[in-house]
Amino acid sequence: MGHEAKREGSTIGSRAVQLTFLLALLALWYLSTTRWGVSPLLLPHPANVYVNFVDILRSGEFINDLRVTLTELAVALALSTTSGVMLGYLVSRSRYLIDVFEPLFAGSYSIPMILFLPLYVLFFGLGPSSKIALGATISFFPIVLCSMAGFGHVEQSYVLVARSMGATNYQLFRHVLLPAARPLIFTGVRMGFTVALLSIIGGETIASLAGLGRRIVQLAEGMEMARMFAYIVLVVIIVAVLNFVVSVIEARGNRF
Amino acid sequence: MTGTIDRCQTFLSRPWIARLLVIGVVLLAWEIAARWFVDPMFLSPPSRVVVSLDEVFRTPGVPAALWVTFLELGAAFVLSVTIGLVVGFAIGLQPFARRSFTPIILLLYGLPQITILPLFILYFGIGPASKIAFGVSHGVFPIVMTIIAGVQNIKPIFLVSARSMGADRWQILRWVIFPHMIPSFFAGMRLGMTGVLLGVLLAELYVSTAGIGYFTTLFTQNLDPTKLLGLVGLLATMAIILNEIVRRAEVKFGEWRIE
Repeated sequence: MGHEAKREGSTIGSRAVQLTFLLALLALWYLSTTRWGVSPLLLPHPANVYVNFVDILRSGEFINDLRVTLTELAVALALSTTSGVMLGYLVSRSRYLIDVFEPLFAGSYSIPMILFLPLYVLFFGLGPSSKIALGATISFFPIVLCSMAGFGHVEQSYVLVARSMGATNYQLFRHVLLPAARPLIFTGVRMGFTVALLSIIGGETIASLAGLGRRIVQLAEGMEMARMFAYIVLVVIIVAVLNFVVSVIEARGNRF
Repeated sequence: MTGTIDRCQTFLSRPWIARLLVIGVVLLAWEIAARWFVDPMFLSPPSRVVVSLDEVFRTPGVPAALWVTFLELGAAFVLSVTIGLVVGFAIGLQPFARRSFTPIILLLYGLPQITILPLFILYFGIGPASKIAFGVSHGVFPIVMTIIAGVQNIKPIFLVSARSMGADRWQILRWVIFPHMIPSFFAGMRLGMTGVLLGVLLAELYVSTAGIGYFTTLFTQNLDPTKLLGLVGLLATMAIILNEIVRRAEVKFGEWRIE
């Protein structure tokens, strides 16, 4: 009992430390803009950022950029999920093919895929297509690797039972392999989603015409610091919400 | 006849040979596509890219840019490892500090840092400093997290028995904690290297005056796919080699076990 109480106390203690840390950061920000004379061109006043944030939300001007970014993300994920799951399935049909392809896909992981961006800008221009291509390339690898692992390690007795009861190839895929591989496929898609979202925002930051990343760069170039900080906060929140939603979907999908 | 087929099959049954064949087929498809089907303004065949690597190197400024990028990667990696070790141990060794600060580190690690890239340019300038800083911001968090996890995974019984045998703080650190940290240290280095590569290359591509990003932009705007592919290929090779070095180190030292 005493031990419990002590643990409880220390949890409160560490919560207090966390809260103090965050408040200290805010206080530091506030003091450096008001008292210590840090130029508002480098660090805007927190209140100013808040006003801009509310204004962005109220005017809804971010909707257009958000739509561009989300469309790119959706198309990229559709491409990489279809091709990744399909290729993962085909490769996993034989132990030999897994041996051949797995190191190829895993090895491609060690190349920073962001290097493809200049190539894609050359191929597809500054529009959404180059960001879609980048996002699809980056998310393809986790999805294909997880699909291969998922389809490749299905309990053999299930396959045998289904076969001996006369399941066709399609029935085997639909009722045995796909349900068995689903948790890993979900994990792969979730991993792909995270990296695709970041790389698409990164691609927009580096070379694009529209999108959330582009908007932040525009504001930075125009030295509208308060509004830029407000947009950074907004994008951080959007990314966090999207990641949360996707991991909830993943957990739901795995419960079957 | 069957003998030849058999030999052919045993030859192909080695996965690494088939792997090379797959790479060969991809290169061949690329070569054919680039030679006959795609506008040479956008894609050039791999043979021409390899031949013109020499030309890429002779473009004024490219060797220096590669060197600058390499130095940025090195500086960012060394800084990430140093800061990561100090912060990781400072937080990890104290149970209270660990409970308090691990969520904060995780929160910072989870932030999409790409959104604040323009801020790094603003604070650190468009020179190498901003690339190094952005690389550190990507590399340091995975190292801190693995160090904290490594300290946490040391079995308390080792610490208790060392203490009961009369080891002082320094001796525990030197003979118990340090040897146990070696695998996590190398795992952290590998994750840190991945992060540093991503951060430095992102910053380079975003804005660059002397580094590699300047030339990728230049070649893109000149519609010069041969040189662009050559340069990207060189960078990818650099990244693969750096990753491979830390991965080998991890495999070699990660095996450490208590005998």
